[in-house]
Amino acid sequence: MTVAIDLREVVVLLSHFPALTGATLRVSQGEIVLLQGPNGAGKSTLLRLCAGLLPIKEGTAKILGQDLGENRRRVRPDIGLLGHKTGLYEDLTVEENIAFWASMTRANSQEITDAIEVMGLGGRLRDVLARQLSAGQRRRTAFAALLVQRPPIWLLDEPHAALDSEGRSLVNELIKNAAAAGATVLLVSHAAKELSALTGRVVTLAGGRVTSDSGGNGSEVNGVS
Amino acid sequence: MLADSWLIARKDLQVEIRSRIIINQIAPYTLLIMVLFGFALDANTQTLRDTAPGLYWVAILLVALLAIQRGVQIEDADAARDRMLLTPVSSSSIFLGKSLALFVQLLVLEVLLFFVMMVLFDTSVEDPLLVCLSAFVATVGIATSGTLYGVIASGVGVRETLLPILLLPVLAPVAIGATRTFGDAFGRVNADGWAWFGLLVVFAVVYTVLGMFSYGQLLEEE
Amino acid sequence: MITTVGPFNATSSRSTRFLGLCLLLGIPALILFAFIFSPEDDSMEDAVRLLYIHVPVAIFSYIAFGVTAVGSICYLWKRSRWWDTTAHASAEIGVMFCGLTLVTGSIWGRPTWNTWWEWGDVRLVTTLVMFLMFIGYLALRQVPASPEARAKRAAIVGIIGTINIPIVNRSVEWWENSTLHQQSSLTDGNLENLTLFTWFLGTLVIGITYLWLLIHRFRVGWLETEEERLGYGAAIEERQAEAHGLDVGSTGIPEEGENE
Repeated sequence: MTVAIDLREVVVLLSHFPALTGATLRVSQGEIVLLQGPNGAGKSTLLRLCAGLLPIKEGTAKILGQDLGENRRRVRPDIGLLGHKTGLYEDLTVEENIAFWASMTRANSQEITDAIEVMGLGGRLRDVLARQLSAGQRRRTAFAALLVQRPPIWLLDEPHAALDSEGRSLVNELIKNAAAAGATVLLVSHAAKELSALTGRVVTLAGGRVTSDSGGNGSEVNGVS
Repeated sequence: MLADSWLIARKDLQVEIRSRIIINQIAPYTLLIMVLFGFALDANTQTLRDTAPGLYWVAILLVALLAIQRGVQIEDADAARDRMLLTPVSSSSIFLGKSLALFVQLLVLEVLLFFVMMVLFDTSVEDPLLVCLSAFVATVGIATSGTLYGVIASGVGVRETLLPILLLPVLAPVAIGATRTFGDAFGRVNADGWAWFGLLVVFAVVYTVLGMFSYGQLLEEE
Repeated sequence: MITTVGPFNATSSRSTRFLGLCLLLGIPALILFAFIFSPEDDSMEDAVRLLYIHVPVAIFSYIAFGVTAVGSICYLWKRSRWWDTTAHASAEIGVMFCGLTLVTGSIWGRPTWNTWWEWGDVRLVTTLVMFLMFIGYLALRQVPASPEARAKRAAIVGIIGTINIPIVNRSVEWWENSTLHQQSSLTDGNLENLTLFTWFLGTLVIGITYLWLLIHRFRVGWLETEEERLGYGAAIEERQAEAHGLDVGSTGIPEEGENE
C-alpha cells in the first residue's frame, strides 16, 4: 500500500515554542487514523504541518510523495483541512460560501447541490447568512465546502465538535466513504468512543511527539484504545 | 488567473454590499472629514476652493486605510486566508482579486466625495478627462499598495496602528501627484497635470508588479 | 565608549576598540576644526560650520538605508540571519542619522534660508518621507513574531521602501521644481585647504561612527537571536520530557484553540 503521510522526526517551531519535537508518523493511503493526547500535545500543529502550512525546522515530511521541506505549496490543493475555525465569510449565505469555495477548488454546480443536500443544509438554511448560523450549522457548512473539494487527504480537527448525534453519525459516514474511496484521513479528537468505530488505529501525542501507536505498519508501541 | 481574481473580487464586493459598512459608516465618515476641513479653514470659500484637491485626497487616503483594514479583516475573521492557501488558486490571483475589490470600493467613495466637494467647496472642473483618468490611476496605486501593506500588517495583532505608519509615507507620491493633477484640472494651479498623471501610472504599475511577486511570500507562515 | 564586559556577552572586539579609539580622537578633532580652525564662509558665515556634520550625516544615512536594502535582498535570497541582522542594525543607525540630518539642517536653515523648514525643497521633503518610511520599518520589526516571519516581512518592506525613494524624490522635485540646496561647493575648486580638510575629516569621522555603531548594533542583534536560537534546543528537551510525566490516555476534555 502506498504511504500517503510520512513524517520523520519532525520539529516545528511556532514563534519560539517547539510545538512538535520530533514527531514520526506513517499513514497509508485510505487509512483512518485517530490522533489524541492532552491539551497542547501538538495535535493541531501536526494537522497544519501535514497541510503544508507550517515550515519544518528539522526532520522530513512527505505528503503524497511530495517533500514539504522542498516545496510545501505543491501539496496544498490536495488537502482538506477543517480546523477550529471554519473559513466562512460572515456576510455570505450558506450557499454562497459553499459556492465560493467550490469555485476556488474547481467544483461544478452539481457538486455544490449534492454537498448541500448531504449536509442537510437545503431548504431555508441555504439562504441564511453565516453569521446567523449556530455553531453546529457552521460546522456543517464548512464540511460541505470540504466535500466539494474532494481532497485525497482529509485533516479534521474535532470533526464532531458542536454537532448533534445525527450530525456526528453523518460525519462518520462521510469519513468512512471517503476512506473507502481512497482518501487518507487524520482525525483529532477527545471523543475517542464516537470515532473508534471508524478505525482501530489510535495514535497518541504528548510533548510534541508520538508516544504510542496502536497499529499500522507494524510499528505498535503501546496499545491505547 | 484573471477568472480567479474576479471570483475573489466579486466575493469581497458581495460581502461589502451585504454588510453595508462602506455606505453606512465609511461614506458618512468621509463626509464628516470634508465638513471638518470646512470648519478648520474658517468658512473661507476662496481658501477651500484653492485647497480642495489636497483636502480631497487626504480624505481619500484616510478612508482608504479603513477600507484596507476591512478587506484584511474579512479574510482574518474565520481563517479564510488559510483556507484559500489550500486551493489551486495562485497568490497573484488573490492579490489582484483583493486589489480589484478595494479599487471598486474606493472608486465609489471617490465619486461620492467628489460631488460633496463640488458642492461644499464650490469647485469647478476645467478638464474632466484628466480628473477621471488621474483618479482612476491613483486609485489603482492606492488599491495595490494598500492590499500589499494590508497583508504585511495583518496577523500581527497591532494592525490598526501599524498600517498607517507603514502605508502613508509610501503613498506620499500619490498624495502629491493626485493633488497636482486635480489642481491642474480645476484650473487652480499652474502644473503639468499630464506629467503628474505619468507619475501616478508609474506608481500604479510598480506596486501591481511588486504585489504580484511578493504577496504569496507574505501569505506564508514562517 | 569602549565596552569592556565579559567574553560571553561582549559586543566589542579588538577592531571595534580601535575604531572607538579613533572616534575618541576624531570627534574632538572634528569639533576643533569645524568650529575653530576652519575659516567662515563668505555668504553663510559661521553657519557653514554646521555643514561639516550635516552633510556627512546625510550621506551616511543614505548609505545606511542602502545597506538595509542590500541586506534585505540578500536575506530573501540566502535566508541567513547574518543579512537580516545587518539590515536591522543599519536601518536603526540610518534612522538616527536621518533624524540628525533633519535637525541639523533645520538649525542651519534658520539663519541661512531664514526658515526652519522649506516645503519646496526636494531633498528636505524626500529625506523626511524616507525618515518616516524607515520609522515604519523599525516599528514593524518591534512587532512580536517568529524570527523568520519578522525577517521576511521586514525585508520586503525594506526593499519596497527603497524602491519608493526615487518615486518620492521625483514627485517632490516636480512638486515645487526647486531646491534651496546649493550645488556641491566641493567641485568649484575655490575652497581653502583647511576647509577641504575639515570636509574630509567630517566625512571620515562620521563614516567611522557609522561603522562602529553598525558593528556593535549587529553584535547585539546577533546575540539576541542567538539566545532565541539556543533557547529552542533546551525547549525541545523540556517539552519532550512532558511526554513521560503524563498519562497519555484520553482525557475526555474537549480542547479549544490550542497552538493557534
